[in-house]
Amino acid sequence: MSTNSMPTSPHMSVYRWQITMTLSILHRLSGVVLLSAALGLVYWLVALAMGPAAFAQAHWFFSLWIGQALLCLWSLAFFYHLLNGIRHLTWDAGYGFTKRVYRSSGWLVVVSAVALTGAAWIIGWVLAAGGAA
Amino acid sequence: MSDLRTPLSIARSWGSGHNGTRHWMAQRLTALALIPLGLAAVILFFWVMHLGYAQAVAVMHEPWVLLFVVLLVGVMYWHGFLGLQMIIEDYVPNHGRVFIVITLARFAAVALALLGVISAALVAFRSF
Repeated sequence: MSTNSMPTSPHMSVYRWQITMTLSILHRLSGVVLLSAALGLVYWLVALAMGPAAFAQAHWFFSLWIGQALLCLWSLAFFYHLLNGIRHLTWDAGYGFTKRVYRSSGWLVVVSAVALTGAAWIIGWVLAAGGAA
Repeated sequence: MSDLRTPLSIARSWGSGHNGTRHWMAQRLTALALIPLGLAAVILFFWVMHLGYAQAVAVMHEPWVLLFVVLLVGVMYWHGFLGLQMIIEDYVPNHGRVFIVITLARFAAVALALLGVISAALVAFRSF
């Protein structure tokens, strides 16, 4: 099938920016980021199965700044994709399709994702400190 | 030959892919399942985060943890593949290449999910 006969759309550059277009591409982007989180999960499981040395190496990797940055990115992508996914599911159920609602629900998703990520890390660290003491 | 046809008419002549509804429904159902599974994964992560090797192995010996990991990995890779398939279909321009790339992604998703599930099962059923 030749490629240049395909209809081309949408022409993004002719539209004024609105929140919905950014959140749409962020949903895909966070999905791709979460694919790397799924790789990380399998890496951790394999390391656990391989024994103490491999497990220690995995923990060493996630203690590095790159590992810590990945965990932060994955948690933010998770909460964003979760909340915006729920937004999508409510659309599929037929709700929230007015301009006012899909704009405000978009901003709500952004703010809530950041807040939930922060809260999860704070609560996680507090509980871990409490459990260790 | 197709000079006199509009882009819409060309697109229409490709017709239905015949399995769009199944893909759409599977994506929504796995998304619904991942709401509780994903939230539980975050809680489990903060629980396991500070554990040493022996403690992590002990956690994996809990039957419900193994069941949870199998469900999480399976549904996660299924949903991840469905999403990746949409992205490939949208951004890879050549139809033949779309098929090849999606097939590779499908193999990778199945292989990685199996790797995770088998690793978890090995840990769970190994006695120390």
